[in-house]
Amino acid sequence: MIWSKPSSSSRWHADRWLEPSLGLLAMGAALILLLVLAFLLHEAWPLLSEGDLLHLFTDGGWYPLEGHFGLLPMLWATLAAALGAVLLAGPLGLASAIFQQFYAPSALARLYRTVLALLAGIPSVVYGLWGLTVLVPLIARWQPPGASLFAAILILALMILPTIALTSASALAAVPKAWLQGAAALGLTRKGVIMGVAIPAARSGILGGILLASARALGETMAVLMVAGNVVQNPTGLFEPVRVLTANIALEMAYATGTHRAGLFASGLLLTLLVLALAWMAARITRSAHPV
Amino acid sequence: MKASRWFEQLAAVTILAGVAGVASASNDRLVLTGSSTVAPLVSEIGKRFEKQNPGIRVDVQTGGSSRGVADTRSGLVNIGMVSRALNSGEHDLVAHAIAMDGVGIILHRSNPVQTLTDEQVKAIYRGQITHWSEVGGKDVRITVVNKAEGRSTLELFLHHFALKNSEIKAQVVIGENQQGIKTVAGNPGAVGYVSIGTAEYEAARGTPIKLLPMAGVAATVDNIRDGRFPLSRPLNLVTKGAPTGLAKRFIEFARSGAVNDLVEAQFFVPLAR
Repeated sequence: MIWSKPSSSSRWHADRWLEPSLGLLAMGAALILLLVLAFLLHEAWPLLSEGDLLHLFTDGGWYPLEGHFGLLPMLWATLAAALGAVLLAGPLGLASAIFQQFYAPSALARLYRTVLALLAGIPSVVYGLWGLTVLVPLIARWQPPGASLFAAILILALMILPTIALTSASALAAVPKAWLQGAAALGLTRKGVIMGVAIPAARSGILGGILLASARALGETMAVLMVAGNVVQNPTGLFEPVRVLTANIALEMAYATGTHRAGLFASGLLLTLLVLALAWMAARITRSAHPV
Repeated sequence: MKASRWFEQLAAVTILAGVAGVASASNDRLVLTGSSTVAPLVSEIGKRFEKQNPGIRVDVQTGGSSRGVADTRSGLVNIGMVSRALNSGEHDLVAHAIAMDGVGIILHRSNPVQTLTDEQVKAIYRGQITHWSEVGGKDVRITVVNKAEGRSTLELFLHHFALKNSEIKAQVVIGENQQGIKTVAGNPGAVGYVSIGTAEYEAARGTPIKLLPMAGVAATVDNIRDGRFPLSRPLNLVTKGAPTGLAKRFIEFARSGAVNDLVEAQFFVPLAR
């Protein structure tokens, strides 16, 4: 363990105060999460208490003013958009991480990293605006109406690509140099070193980054709202418009009252549970597959 | 010790304020209930009114136009908010219009269709007409742009065309007017409806959209102000008999030019004066 005997009494004194205060802050952060969950439950309660929970999943459509609160099509749409984005951005992100870590000359790699970091910092509404005015009309010329699951997947992939590339690159950079040198000394080609040693060793970090990106894709609102078309229906085709859970809340919150409002909080609750499940999975993967 | 004394003082002040508040509630407090379309505008007007008249509180609650009528009738509130003209069964109430709300149908500027009948609009939104060629346009698929549930423009549109939202087969659902305008401007086959004030402004600035006339009346802010455009409605404050005192002062303020900027910020049309 890294604990060593305190070297001086004053440091010991500082530690004694630091521990409980840090603990308190950590507990506060955890408490906020609980409060958020409790609040969502409380606000969604008028709808949840109205009878069986099943009708949230069995109602065919979302017409809150006519008493239909089907959330299932939006749940599928949310998952489809996030999954599509990860399938697209995952391999691309990993490839660019491998490029900058192993192939690019160091000056180029530095430049590339800066560009990625900049991309990661662009606000989502900017992506959305670009998607609405450039991407959607482009798709519409080919497959009208343009605003579709496909547009949402493209925009989301663009947004999470830097996250995946940066986390993968740092996971690859954390692989001990000695392992790579050892592998090279054994006569492995560069490809062999990367595929056989570096990626397996960095696996947990890469997967963690992908899950983090998935959580962002699930929770993204503005950009998807602007390009996905927002029609509540099961995602049956790539070029069909869909509505994701986050967009549902953002579209209708300002004008919703009564059970309509409660229905929107139910969407929020469902989404939060989805992201929590994902975070739990990420934590498990990172823990179980930790190297050394 | 110090903290507890401070706390006692705070408690005393709070109690005093509470007593004072109850004692003067009837004179300094104005309560309005009704239409959720009118409520955001009235609450903005109320904030400005409170600022100009210190000590006065304006309390705005929603619940639909019918609640506004019922609460005003029963004397529960001073003023009701109603997002339509009063009907023949409501002669006991007096309507004071504070703004007009108008919705126009927009197409892409390159679309050769010049006008649509009410029946055609209905059929398009129900998915019975799917190509522009069926109404005299090019052989392009129609992209139906609808509003998200709860918006006043949707409500006005549905009411005018006697449609239910679940009947509408939309390809795109939008929130803000601006999003609707950008969607139609980027899709030559799209049809949508937005607040006329916003659409007129955007069209004048070169955005490739055009507003369709309805029943031969051009969709302009002027025609809404006159009440001639079919897809429009007055936003009313209603009172039981002629208003007096604070209610009268508030209604006069809400109908004055001093709130024009607030009316326009909500994409409504100020009254003709």
